[in-house]
Amino acid sequence: MTKKQKKMLVRIFISAVLMVVLHFLPIKGYLRFFCYLVPYLVIGYDILLKAWKGIKNRQPFDESLLMALATVGAIAVAITGDGDYTEAVAVMLFYQVGEWFQSYAVGRSRKNISELMDIRPDYANIERDGNLERVDPDEVEIGSVIVVQPGEKVPIDGIILEGETTLNTSALTGESLPREAHAGDEVLSGCINMTGVLRLQTTKEFGESTASKILDLVENASSRKSKSEEFITKFARIYTPAVVYSAIALAVLPPLVRLSVFGLTADWGTWVYRALTFLVISCPCALVISIPLSFFAGLGGAGNAGVLIKGSNYMETLAQTKYVVFDKTGTLTQGVFEVEAVHHNKMEEERLLEYAALAESASSHPISKSLQRAYGRDIDRARVTDIQEISGNGVTAKVDGIFVAAGNDKLMRSLGIEPVSCHRAGTIIHMTIGGEYAGHIVISDIVKPQAKEAVASLKAAGVKKTVMLTGDAGKVADQVAKNLGIDQVYSELLPADKVEKVEELLGEKTEKERLAFVGDGINDAPVLSRADIGIAMGAMGSDAAIEAADVVLMDDDPMKIAKAIRISRKCLRIVYQNIWFAIGVKVICLILGAVGIANMWLAIFADVGVMIIAVLNAIRALFVKRL
Amino acid sequence: MKKTYKIDVDCANCANKMEEAAKNTAGVKNAVVNFMTLKMSVEFEEGQNVKAVMEEVRRNCKKVEDDCEVFL
Repeated sequence: MTKKQKKMLVRIFISAVLMVVLHFLPIKGYLRFFCYLVPYLVIGYDILLKAWKGIKNRQPFDESLLMALATVGAIAVAITGDGDYTEAVAVMLFYQVGEWFQSYAVGRSRKNISELMDIRPDYANIERDGNLERVDPDEVEIGSVIVVQPGEKVPIDGIILEGETTLNTSALTGESLPREAHAGDEVLSGCINMTGVLRLQTTKEFGESTASKILDLVENASSRKSKSEEFITKFARIYTPAVVYSAIALAVLPPLVRLSVFGLTADWGTWVYRALTFLVISCPCALVISIPLSFFAGLGGAGNAGVLIKGSNYMETLAQTKYVVFDKTGTLTQGVFEVEAVHHNKMEEERLLEYAALAESASSHPISKSLQRAYGRDIDRARVTDIQEISGNGVTAKVDGIFVAAGNDKLMRSLGIEPVSCHRAGTIIHMTIGGEYAGHIVISDIVKPQAKEAVASLKAAGVKKTVMLTGDAGKVADQVAKNLGIDQVYSELLPADKVEKVEELLGEKTEKERLAFVGDGINDAPVLSRADIGIAMGAMGSDAAIEAADVVLMDDDPMKIAKAIRISRKCLRIVYQNIWFAIGVKVICLILGAVGIANMWLAIFADVGVMIIAVLNAIRALFVKRL
Repeated sequence: MKKTYKIDVDCANCANKMEEAAKNTAGVKNAVVNFMTLKMSVEFEEGQNVKAVMEEVRRNCKKVEDDCEVFL
């Protein structure tokens, strides 16, 4: 609790006690008035002052004025009428209780959410003359060596020079499984070093490091306001003056009409009382606080789950997403090639792989690398001679003096050998050894284990159509799409074609549906920015992707896409609930107040009660773990 | 040029009023007040004296909402 909140709590307490005591004291007349004035002023003096200052600065229409008018009016009605001052004091008291609660709740969620994203490193350790010295991470230059001890946060991105440890990346990625790191690995700032001492060489400045970038993004996120927030701001701007004028009309017009048209008594007291109830009900605080609070909580909850959404407006878009377009490599697949199968081989698989790996040993192509990885042992280059790379087709070489060719069917035919075609989709490496066909090796980009489930969960989250874009050959693409349950595939695309396809799809959908593009942040910045909403995944450390995307998934788990949509839906649902609930209850109470059914107590509920319920509902947006 | 300032204000509606006041200050191109993070980011027009403009922004904010602060 802040000082202000504590002071207010004391005022609330004193005033409440006084009110109860006065209720049981048998005092009458002016003494009664002065007695009740004490708790009223204790609880409401600042509101009266604020209202006065508002009028002085020609900015009169705010909550303070509503409350001041309503309570002063209620006191006036009480003096002339039944002498029941309780209502006036109670209105002010409950209004302040509501304000206190709101300020407390907002303060708490501010704290909670900043704790969730607590990745800001406070210091970096630099070794000087054998001693560790704590310095401001801002002062550490690129290329410096810093030491990170167990239990400390990695302050700046860097490469491990020395040491071995497990890292807790949960603040960055929402992933609770610790990650192993060894010398030579890149470490991102914001991770927590759990076990060993690390010596890091920094690769970035503090301001450019992952932790700083993410914090920047999170802090600026709720500044990009959504349509609902803008609506509420505009609404509040016209709403308060409108209510004040209607209240005046309600106080003045009916009595005048009664007097002049029907010749009845004016009954001023009743109508002024109704107008005052009107003012109390009308306070827009429930709306103006709960909507931004919902978005703030939603963004915070999402950030904690490893989904960084760059603004409330993107949350709105994400909730309306009906089309999800994937760039295959790096989102649905790992972007790493791996040997999947060996077919039609006469010799043992391992032998065949050995020949292939040796023949391809000079190449750094990802496919050659995958063959070398599949072979798994050190390559003795001395066994290989006469290596010839036939660009785009394959390699020929002599391994242990035997002629080996590894490559596509074109290479085989040029050697006068008819390859056996493969039924499997993927990149096929045919092999001839010693002039004879020796079988083929199927290499494919591995599909992520959660990819299929991820596509299904998108469907379950209400996505109408999933589309996959890829540069791969049609057969490979079709099979991957079929396995994963993707609705539509565009294959053999060049990077530039992807923008075109996305534009085509953007034209296809209806006005209210939104299209999300999911990429791995490599070479797809233009598409990310062209789509209604660009989602970059596995983007930790890729600055270009963090810049271009609207939503950044901190790890490369495709399940997070559906999760991001569900988080946004939940948040928007809460926002709409609050808008409808708050406006609905107020309108009903306003009508009841105008016709005289609602009294001041109901008015207090319509104001403070609705606000408390709306704030509690808004905080719900923070809880996204089980979505 | 864009700069972010820390602010202190108690209610969301007051924050909206501060935003409006800041926007209408001479020399300010655009201003966004974020009630949840208690920050005001101000975009200045070209060639303005940032310090002087912010003093004015602060004065204008105080005018619409007595109980607020902009930390310069």
